[in-house]
Amino acid sequence: MNAEPMNVTGTPLRDKGEVLLSVENISLRFGGVKAITDVSFDIRKGEIRAIIGPNGAGKTSMLNCINGFYQPQEGRVVFKGERRAKMRPHRAAAGGIARTFQNVALFKGMSTLDNIMTGRTLKMKRGFFWQALRHGPALHEEIEHRRVVEDIIDFLQIEHIRKLPVGKLPYGLQKRVELGRALAMEPELLLLDEPMAGMNLEEKEDMCRFILDVNNQFGTTIALIEHDMGVVMDLSDRVVVLEYGRKIADGTPDEVKRDQKVIDAYLGVAH
Amino acid sequence: MLYREAGQYKSTYAADMGVFPLREDRIGIAVILAIALVAIPFFGSDFFIASVMIPFLVFSLAAIGLNILTGYTGLISLGTAAFMGVGAYSCYKLTTLFPGVNIIVLILLSGLFSAGIGVLFGLPSLRIKGFYLAVATLAAQFFLQWAFVRVPWLFNYNASGAIEVPQRTLFDIPLTGASATPETRYFVCLGLVVVLTWFASNLVHGKLGRSWMAVRDMDIAAELMGIKLLNAKLMAFAVSSYFAGVAGAMMIFLWYGGGEAADVFSIRLSFSILFMVIIGGLGSLIGSFFGAAFLSVLPTALKFGLPALGVPIGGAAAEHVTFMLVGALIITFLIVEPHGLARLWQIGKQKLRTWPFPY
Amino acid sequence: MSDIATRPAPNLLASPLVKFGLLLAAIVVALAAGIWLDSSNTLYAIFVDPFRQMAQAPDLLVQTIWEGLVSGVLYALIALGFVLIFKASGVFNFAQGIMVVFAALTLVGLYEKGVPAFLAVIITLGVMFALAVAIERVVLRPLVNQPDIILFMATFGITYFLIGFGEALFGGNPKQMIADQLYLPKGAIDLQILGGLVSLQKIDIAAAVIASLMIAALAAFFQYTRIGRALRAVADSHKAALSVGISLNQIWVIVWFTAGIVALITGIMWGARSDVSFALEIVALKALPVLILGGFTSIPGAIVGGLIIGIGEKLGEFYWGPLVGGGIESWLAYFIALGFLLFRPQGLFGDKIIERI
Repeated sequence: MNAEPMNVTGTPLRDKGEVLLSVENISLRFGGVKAITDVSFDIRKGEIRAIIGPNGAGKTSMLNCINGFYQPQEGRVVFKGERRAKMRPHRAAAGGIARTFQNVALFKGMSTLDNIMTGRTLKMKRGFFWQALRHGPALHEEIEHRRVVEDIIDFLQIEHIRKLPVGKLPYGLQKRVELGRALAMEPELLLLDEPMAGMNLEEKEDMCRFILDVNNQFGTTIALIEHDMGVVMDLSDRVVVLEYGRKIADGTPDEVKRDQKVIDAYLGVAH
Repeated sequence: MLYREAGQYKSTYAADMGVFPLREDRIGIAVILAIALVAIPFFGSDFFIASVMIPFLVFSLAAIGLNILTGYTGLISLGTAAFMGVGAYSCYKLTTLFPGVNIIVLILLSGLFSAGIGVLFGLPSLRIKGFYLAVATLAAQFFLQWAFVRVPWLFNYNASGAIEVPQRTLFDIPLTGASATPETRYFVCLGLVVVLTWFASNLVHGKLGRSWMAVRDMDIAAELMGIKLLNAKLMAFAVSSYFAGVAGAMMIFLWYGGGEAADVFSIRLSFSILFMVIIGGLGSLIGSFFGAAFLSVLPTALKFGLPALGVPIGGAAAEHVTFMLVGALIITFLIVEPHGLARLWQIGKQKLRTWPFPY
Repeated sequence: MSDIATRPAPNLLASPLVKFGLLLAAIVVALAAGIWLDSSNTLYAIFVDPFRQMAQAPDLLVQTIWEGLVSGVLYALIALGFVLIFKASGVFNFAQGIMVVFAALTLVGLYEKGVPAFLAVIITLGVMFALAVAIERVVLRPLVNQPDIILFMATFGITYFLIGFGEALFGGNPKQMIADQLYLPKGAIDLQILGGLVSLQKIDIAAAVIASLMIAALAAFFQYTRIGRALRAVADSHKAALSVGISLNQIWVIVWFTAGIVALITGIMWGARSDVSFALEIVALKALPVLILGGFTSIPGAIVGGLIIGIGEKLGEFYWGPLVGGGIESWLAYFIALGFLLFRPQGLFGDKIIERI
């Protein structure tokens, strides 16, 4: 990883051929309530894919199905060519899916540094007894990962809050730390659930920059949920639109913007 | 003026990741260790060492154990005393089965049995949490306490039903049994506590400790980071029970020197240790020491201190006052400083850091 | 579904029915195999002999069940105190057991100091009210909106304080409950049934009747009064209740006082059966497994749970206890509850626990 800010206006290094993940005919019910009905779409390697839709359209539930927190009753999730009916959360994490949450879900009692270090858990291999000694291999491992984490801290410009407990940080910074924690997992697919909710304009701009940088520098594929249409249209390569748990449109931002169903969903239909 | 971080630059991550990154803290720890190693054995009376210092060390270790479970992992246990009992009885069985092996080794081994039992009773923690888990650990407390009385194999079919601590030596110095001096027993306790605290500190500052705290703070997010909840929780139960077990073995072998162990490891003891952790500070190792010091010294201080000051107080009355005080203190701490003595200590250090110009 | 609400049942195995069926099948198979292989008659002693004994002496069985029923009623009464407070203030009141002891001690202590019995009851009620006010002022008010677990631990503090306070005032020796002076019935009714004599203590019958009356009154109070509705509102959310103008402080005093009354009645009944001492404290902990069975928020759950635990542990002790040296009453209740937890974590009548993020 490179800590130096990179010129992102240059030609993007994206290779958008391969399908990284696809969901096939997913349906999810909670008792009698249908959260998602028969939705399929794919996410290609290296792209920024937005999932949009009015409140209650099933966007977060979709992310939850992708990383195994929910198990859909019907349909399949295919990730890196592996097709499975259900995904366990830690398996998804091991496979390279990381995410952030709509309402920040940080470990409030821990420092920024420790929060981001938790993202490295899966990459740390030393066993219990080495950890108990904290010398030799365990210490080397700890330092090696600390170095990676420091790079992420530099990248997100949160050096000054390194050792503060995250519970006391302002909301915008918490969101940034959460992004850092997800990045520490070095994910292939990063799921962002409303990364800009509740932010002011400046914070939003920063966050957009970080998302673009992550996509450009690390080549991370990103799926994001966002309500700010301006942000969605500027950032994303392709957009999928959900309404009442069904997919109503899928395509580039321009295509979606012109889609009559989408306009109806957002503005209401004249009768 | 005495406590400054200014001018102490850290040029490696290793230095920054140290448990005591400040030079002053390192000096402080060295001074405390020196006092514990030299001053107390030389200047402390036998009474002080046997009824203040040894109980303090034993309780500290048990409190660290419970703190790992409750403070770091967020799982409440009301069965600490039972796990301590498992340690004591395992140690007793081990001394009978392997009389030739050094007693310190056996004490350390006996914790493993306790850890095993702890994992067993920790299994429900995957499905239940909070109050429910607290009740589940009561099952361990009452079942094990029952077993200590009803399974005569555990106490070698003694008529008295008590553990009899045999004499064991190291380099011909008696460590346990009637002829062991308080000083030797104190040194053994101190050594065990220092080494195990060091392990605990390493664990909570490493990957495992972070997993525990992640589970405590937001278990769903922890799971999505790839932390296996069951593993992390069972690991916490195992390590916690190991510490409790070693503390229990120390309690019988190095402090009580035998006796009706089944009575000792009662629910009251479980509560006392939980209170040490609360008052000392949840999720803080140094807090465990504070809490243990506070609660193990308080009864003795009331019993012997008040009469010495001229306040007439009987043994029974002192006990009642202790109960009331402990109850009141717990409530006070929860209201004023839920993070316990450890947080007060930190605030004190913070004040000292900027003293005398706080702005 | 904009936030992670409930997790749907992930697979077939998670369905309790399927799991229960599988377990049952496994047990039957294991049993059959075991009995076939059994040479030392252990399995016979565990799985066959107790039932044979029950069938041979049904009068003993009835007697045991009755004993269990009565202790179950008392567990249920303590659990009821827990449920009241939990429902209304979200506090898991660990001190309920000690409140029972404290109330009974106060009553007996006052009587010993020369106060007439019924006046002593009234004064004790006054003391319980004062306790409720004190707890609200000193403990609950400063801890509003703290995490549940902090409040839970604060009730440990209350427990210890009351133990010390009670012992300091009234001494730690067991005392005799003033059952005669309160005109509680004495003696036993002997019934000739099933070819044997079953003896029912009148005090036990009285306990069952009084408990039922009280539960009915409480249920009506919760369901039909304005205060009852406010109580339920507070239970759902402190903040929301405050915002619609419910006075938390007042509600808390009421609910802790109600729990205090329940504690006093429990203490009288219990004290009349054995004696009043701090040994009750350990017995009172059995209300916790009762709560697990019944769910923390359900009054019928507390009663059914209490009866299941009471009868279960008496049967267990009487028929299976001797196999392992007796005394299993001390932990059986917890294991019944634990086994139950694995199938229904929210209890018999409790609401489904919803995990949010």
